Amino acid sequence: MRTKQTLLALFTLFVGSSLMFAGTVSGKVTYTGTPAKQKPIDMSKEPSCAKQHATPVTVESVVTGPNNALENVVVYISSGAPDDGQVPATAVTFEQKGCQYLPHVLVMHVNQELKIVNSDQTSHNIHPLAKVNREWNKSQPPGTPPIVDKYDKPEFISVKCNVHPWMHGEFAVLNTNHYDVSKGGGDFKLPDLPPGKYTITAWHEDYGTQTAEVTITGKEAKEVNFTFKAKAY
Amino acid sequence: MDKLKSAHFVGVTLFTAIVGLVFAAAPAFAQDAPDVGPTPHLVVKPMESHIGNITGHAAAGKSDYRRYCAGCHGDLGDANGENAIWLDPKPRDFTIATFKCRSTLTGTLPTDQDLYNTIGRGLTNSNMPIWNTFTKQQRADLVAYIKIFSPRWEKEKAGDPIKVAAEPPVSLDSIAHGKALFTKLECWKCHGPAGKGDGPSAGTLTDSKDNPIRPYNFSAGKDDSRFKCGNTNEDIYKIFMTGVDGTPMPSFADVIQPNDAWDLVHFLRTLQVNRHSKENEVLSAAHGVIPLYVDKQTPNPAPAAPADNKTPGGGH
Repeated sequence: MRTKQTLLALFTLFVGSSLMFAGTVSGKVTYTGTPAKQKPIDMSKEPSCAKQHATPVTVESVVTGPNNALENVVVYISSGAPDDGQVPATAVTFEQKGCQYLPHVLVMHVNQELKIVNSDQTSHNIHPLAKVNREWNKSQPPGTPPIVDKYDKPEFISVKCNVHPWMHGEFAVLNTNHYDVSKGGGDFKLPDLPPGKYTITAWHEDYGTQTAEVTITGKEAKEVNFTFKAKAY
Repeated sequence: MDKLKSAHFVGVTLFTAIVGLVFAAAPAFAQDAPDVGPTPHLVVKPMESHIGNITGHAAAGKSDYRRYCAGCHGDLGDANGENAIWLDPKPRDFTIATFKCRSTLTGTLPTDQDLYNTIGRGLTNSNMPIWNTFTKQQRADLVAYIKIFSPRWEKEKAGDPIKVAAEPPVSLDSIAHGKALFTKLECWKCHGPAGKGDGPSAGTLTDSKDNPIRPYNFSAGKDDSRFKCGNTNEDIYKIFMTGVDGTPMPSFADVIQPNDAWDLVHFLRTLQVNRHSKENEVLSAAHGVIPLYVDKQTPNPAPAAPADNKTPGGGH
């Protein structure tokens, strides 16, 4: 009993102290140049989806915000991460809604549970085009239970639905829990980094990857920005 | 002066190379079974296959592979054989170890028997011939040989074959239910309302390597018509339950119950309009009209099938 308490106290101290000295890396992802125009999607062949969108949605391969902000960029610790191999107990969810994928880019840890749900009134097939991991392709009619799976190797995997060719998403299977996906302002934040040397990688589905080296010495906030060169097509 | 010298040097070198080539090639012309070129740097791992009581060995399959398979599948098994650019659909890339015809779940490796069957059966609507000229041992050796191209064969076991329930008798009820499933599961989105491969998504399909690909046209051919992965009712069952990996055809194993699957098989047979089958006999006896399926458990009938080109049409 006593040992247990001591252990617990030590554990709390350890976790507390490591967080106390933890650093944060944050910054913005932007682009230069002119990104390709994101074309509107014609969903007229799938009325049950078309009617869910008041205005036609566009493809999402390049999503931008004000001040050249670039969204949907996965920023993660690609080396030096202190938690390699810690698989989160919660599942990540990939939803098919209005013949789109929500979210467009889904990040998960290697071996983390992945749940795929169909909220539409039409059949989808989920076809993640894995090359390092196993490639599978499953049908999911409306009202059927979620597809549950996991990937055991890190990989960026394009996902498509063959029935609705405009549907396109990305799985980012990472070996770390230190990641963020840039949102509207292009902002990202990687908190809780104990002192150490890190490689930070930013990945965009069309514009490729960039890396930066960062050293955290204690409780400090470091700023790292990434700028991608836009492709005209 | 220097330029002249080097030009002379190049000329002599070229001449020597050409003479050398002619002489090197000569013995090949003299033989009736020319080899397909230099052996690439490839380690023939001691892979095996087990087909019944036959054991295939990779080393024994090497010469047959290089003579009969490498022209399309490539010396390195990467689907880059010299004929590959002319082929549609493209040859299988063994380095990925994704296979169309399996008795195992989507994403898993096929059984040795699955691969053995594919070699002997060939793949219809493609350039893969029926290799029934090979002995059983030769086919087993080839199955073992193609395993050297992907590390997956060393790390993973083949998937478990799916369980196929006993086939119930063909009946008009079964065909009608199969048709309702064909509508509900939206098979027609690609295969077309009459199974002619002309559904609304048909023109947009690409395989996993981004090459255009067509959905299967059930109505083509007569008694000689074949499916990609076999021609028995059980083969059809396995095709849609396990999916055709590497193509847009998904697996339905999670969404179709075994008995329902047989009903779908029976309906699919009726889409082969010019083929003699038990299913078409039953349908003819009913004057070619498939009745609307009524679910016995719930009073609501399956969604009505309008006669336009958007949902599967009536009989034939």
